[in-house]
Formats: sequence, structure tokens, C-alpha cells
Amino acid sequence: MKTDELITALSMSVEPVDRRLVNRSVGIALAIGTVVALGLVLTGLGVRADLSTPRAVTFLFLKLAFALGTVGAASVYLTRLARPGGERRISLGLAAIPFAAIMLLAAVSLGQAPSAHWDKMVMGNEWLECLLSIPIIAIVPFAVVIWAVRKAAPTNLVRAGAFSGLVAGGVSAVAYAFHCTDDSLPFVALWYGGTRLCCARSPARYWDRGCCVGE
Amino acid sequence: MTTTENELKALMLASQDGDAAAHRALLERLSRHLRAYYRSKLARTGRGAAEAEDLVQEAVLAIHLQRHTYDPAQPLTPWVHAVARYKLIDFLRRTRASRADVPIDEADDITAHDDNVGAESSFDVRRLLKQLPANMQCAIAAVKLDGLSIAEAARRCGMSESGVKVSIHRGLKTLAALIARRTEP
Repeated sequence: MKTDELITALSMSVEPVDRRLVNRSVGIALAIGTVVALGLVLTGLGVRADLSTPRAVTFLFLKLAFALGTVGAASVYLTRLARPGGERRISLGLAAIPFAAIMLLAAVSLGQAPSAHWDKMVMGNEWLECLLSIPIIAIVPFAVVIWAVRKAAPTNLVRAGAFSGLVAGGVSAVAYAFHCTDDSLPFVALWYGGTRLCCARSPARYWDRGCCVGE
Repeated sequence: MTTTENELKALMLASQDGDAAAHRALLERLSRHLRAYYRSKLARTGRGAAEAEDLVQEAVLAIHLQRHTYDPAQPLTPWVHAVARYKLIDFLRRTRASRADVPIDEADDITAHDDNVGAESSFDVRRLLKQLPANMQCAIAAVKLDGLSIAEAARRCGMSESGVKVSIHRGLKTLAALIARRTEP
């Protein structure tokens, strides 16, 4: 087929397109992922029992702020990465700000505490549960987010995969914060932050080139 | 912002709103840019115009199908470039993988055809041969260049068969030394 014939065929009936489709798909995927993650934590793990104490509420909000901050920044970038050439318009530095902030707060709080408490502050009671729960809860949100991104046309698949993982990990951390009873900044920085970065790292490596522009 | 960018962007916005004429004009103009882009890229990897045209069509189709992913707040050129480049990388990957699919052939196939490169280089050897003693020249030319058997070469050069073999052996060594000397700076 000649290129001119192809162009003629493609110009036969031109429908108006929905420019908001990409953003809407990612938004819907985020909403579905959040509902599933919250459902898993509330039914499977249960809300922490001590939510009546002010300290617990403070830390719940702190964890939520950290998780939502990363989800917000990462999902704005994800809607850009889902479009061709979007990788030009993201800065990894801006996405790293919430991580840098929580690390800084953790360092300050470690500096103020006696070193005998450090082990307890960093490892908490449930570090293994946190380490396993966040990636496991993130599986469904990740699948939904990837589905939405693949419907668009990402041209840098590694970055798009990494940010999908970051968003899914953030959604999962939001949900897990309702269950987690370890209230210390170093714990949140290490185990929430660390597992989130793992969520971003692994799909970036395994997302193959099966997803093509124009499919 | 260049005029091309502005014109193409105006066409794209109209095409996103469902203007068929603008869509056609957009694809026609972009296909010309894409053709030039792919030809220059593929020429570097030693591939021809037919492959470039396939790629133009793939990219035109992708632009048509994915035009909703273009964000009007951004310039159009980087968006088109990202699609074109993605298709190019995809094509180069595909064709590199298919290089492993070489058809099964016989060992003889490698010598089944000859071309002028062999002929040209034999002239050079004949010139070098002139620097050798006459019996070596005759033996090497008969066996190595003209393809005669040892017995036929012995008859042609008026030597014994073992004499031919020795002449070839010594002559080739001398030739190698001559070539080595010539290629030295």
C-alpha cells in the first residue's frame, strides 16, 4: 500500500478525540487501586486499635501526608509519561522531594533521641510485616495503573513503569498506614520509603517492550 | 517557535476536533518529514528506501491512532519525534533479532559464487609474483591462480611434481614476506 493511499484511508472519517482520556484513565485507575488497597487492609489486617490516642492520630496523618505527597507528584508525572515524549517533561528531583523530606525528619528525630533507642526506632515492632505488606497490597493497584498507562502511548517504558510502581506503592502505603502501629519517623522513612522505591525499581526492570505505541 | 511547528500544531488541533481536511493535510506533511527522517537514519545502518517507507506508514498510523495523547499545552514537534523515534527503535530491534534467522545452507555455498574482488586482487599478486624467481612464478601462477593440478603445472613449467610443490611452498613464503614489507609504513 502506498503511503498516500494510507493517508486517504485514514482521513475518510475523522472523529473528534477526547484529549482528557489519558488523565481520566489514570485517575480512574488510581481510584480503583485505592479502593482495592483500602479494602484489603480494612478487611484483611484491620484498623489499628489505638486510634483514639492523639499520638496515633498524629502519626497516621504524617504517614498519610508522606504517602499522598508521593502519589500526587508521581501521578502528575505518570500522566505525562503516558504520552509520547512525556519523559522530556519530568524531573526526578521533584518526585524525590517527599522522600528527601521524610529522610531529613527521620535524621532530626534520630539526632534528638538517645542512641540506645535507635534500634527500636528504626526497626519498630513490625518491620517485616511492613516490608512484605506494602508490595503485596500494591499488586492490584499496580496492575490497574499499568493497564491505564498502556492504553495511552508511553515512549519511555522504563520510566513509565517506574512511576507506575511508585504510584501503586504510594496507594498501598496510604492503605497500610491505617493498620501500622509503628510510630517513629525513622521507621516510616526506612520501611515506607524503602519499599516504595522497591515498588518503583522492579517493574522498571521487568516491563518489557511488549507495549507499543499505536497498538 | 518556528512556522512549521505553528502550522503543524494548528493542523493537529483541528484534527483533534474532527476536521478531516486538516487531518489529511497534517498526515501528508508529517509523512514527508518522517520520510526524510527515516531515510537519513536508515542510510546510516545500511538499509534502503523500502524499509523507510514501511516505517513512515507505521508512524503515520500511530499518529492517527494516538492523536488523543497529544497535549495542546505542549509543542507538537517533540510529540511527533517521540513517536517516530519509538517506531525506529522498535524496527531496529526487530530486524536485529531476525538476523539470527539465517537460512540453512551447505558449506559449499560459501565458495559457490565468486565476484570481482577476487579477480582484482589476483592482478596485484601477479605483479608481486614478477619479483620471484621464474620457477616459483610459474608454479604459483599455474596452481594457485589458474587452478591447474600439480601434474599439469609440472608439465607446463617443465619441473618435477615435487619441484612444483617445493617452489610453491618457498614462493608463498617469499610472497608473504614481500606483502608484509609492502604493508609496513
